[in-house]
Amino acid sequence: MYSNRYITIYTLIMTLVVSVVLAFTVTGLKPFHDEAEAIYKKRDILSAIESQLPKKLVDMTDEEVLSLFDSKVEQVVINAEGESLQGIKAEKVDMASEEKKPENERKYPLYIYQSEQGKIYLASVRGNGLWDKIWAYVAIKEDLNTIVGTAFGHVGETPGLGAEIKDNPGFPKQFEGKQIMNDQGEYVSVKVVKGGAKDPLHEVDGISGATITSVGVSEMMVRGLEVYLPYLQAQKK
Amino acid sequence: MAETMTKTAAEKEKLEWFGPKERKLITDPLNDDNPVTVQILGVCSALAVTTMLKPALIMAIAVTLVTGFSNLVISLMRNGIPKQIRMIVQLVVIAFLVTIVEQVLKAYSYPVWKQLSVFIGLIITNCIVMGRLEAYAMANPPWRSLLDGLGNGAGYGLILIAVAAIREFFGRGALMGYKILGATDEFLLNTSKHWWLSWYQPNGLMVIPASAIFLVGIFIWIQRSRNPKLVDVS
Repeated sequence: MYSNRYITIYTLIMTLVVSVVLAFTVTGLKPFHDEAEAIYKKRDILSAIESQLPKKLVDMTDEEVLSLFDSKVEQVVINAEGESLQGIKAEKVDMASEEKKPENERKYPLYIYQSEQGKIYLASVRGNGLWDKIWAYVAIKEDLNTIVGTAFGHVGETPGLGAEIKDNPGFPKQFEGKQIMNDQGEYVSVKVVKGGAKDPLHEVDGISGATITSVGVSEMMVRGLEVYLPYLQAQKK
Repeated sequence: MAETMTKTAAEKEKLEWFGPKERKLITDPLNDDNPVTVQILGVCSALAVTTMLKPALIMAIAVTLVTGFSNLVISLMRNGIPKQIRMIVQLVVIAFLVTIVEQVLKAYSYPVWKQLSVFIGLIITNCIVMGRLEAYAMANPPWRSLLDGLGNGAGYGLILIAVAAIREFFGRGALMGYKILGATDEFLLNTSKHWWLSWYQPNGLMVIPASAIFLVGIFIWIQRSRNPKLVDVS
């Protein structure tokens, strides 16, 4: 049997050693974490406009991604009124924490990619899937109407069902060429519908067995893009 | 004389490091005493990370490292650990190693870390790790404990990789992310020439966790029917 004194001292020394070593590991690796995270996010954003990039994302090294992002992408942050804010970079805006603020105080990140065919606006949208949050980067052409690409992400949708929004390249591909404005110039966005899309410009097919995720994507595309409209319309004039 | 002496010394050391007993520590968990199919431990994580081969491979390596080194550390500490708090001490060591593995993975292989998400952290609760500490490392010398831990991690990894390979192949028509079978356009081979690759419709059942439990069950069945040592006599 060990005495209480021995046990107390043993525990104290053990926890101290473990916490000091872990603290050093975490602080030591922090710069690597931040860098890896930033690259991951930039790859994610660029994957929405993969067709416009000089080469495929998987073939690009991390350095190439960073330099492409630095040289070709302009970062704008807009507020709820659609005015661009000074002195803040879009990559510093965290959509998850913006969501918790009241609607009129939220900031929205917008990336503008300078392609050979003109500017491409990359809007960030965020909504609810079946289990957790889902989000997307939506790339809109210079006409401020046609979608050229999308990239979806999610926290925990069901693999093979809701997770197909990300895993199946066919789903984001459907959005290419869709328009967010109708003939009268009113905002309609792009909707995900069940049982076959009929409107070739404003509807895409949902995923079988993932109705709630599909509805979530639909809702996110309507509500999420709307906040960018005032800014985009100001760009037109 | 001196020559024979060094020879016997070398032989003795060889026995010490890799004698039949030590070898058994590595090979036993691969078959006769497999942690997943015989001890039925760590099944929950085997369901979760086996949809694709790559995360399963990383998970297998991570678990092998954690079981090996937690066994080593606990074995080194075993004479000083107060019996009353031994479980807590074991947990602290496991959690410590798992946190280090997770941090290193996050720094050097961020996309894989993202994919494995909570499952790396859940190695802490993987029954294999704590099971080996209690059953082996608390009563055996460090080198053997290390081998036992690595062996059990490898046994777990073996099942993980086998299940993941079957699930990815039939569920996605791919291996390691490379498309092999199935009706989409990103093929490894040109489908217009290789028509026999395009008929396959990926099986959605293989993607959901339930298929892993069927596969593990089938593995157990095959192993028990072929291995006379595992025939239940009771």
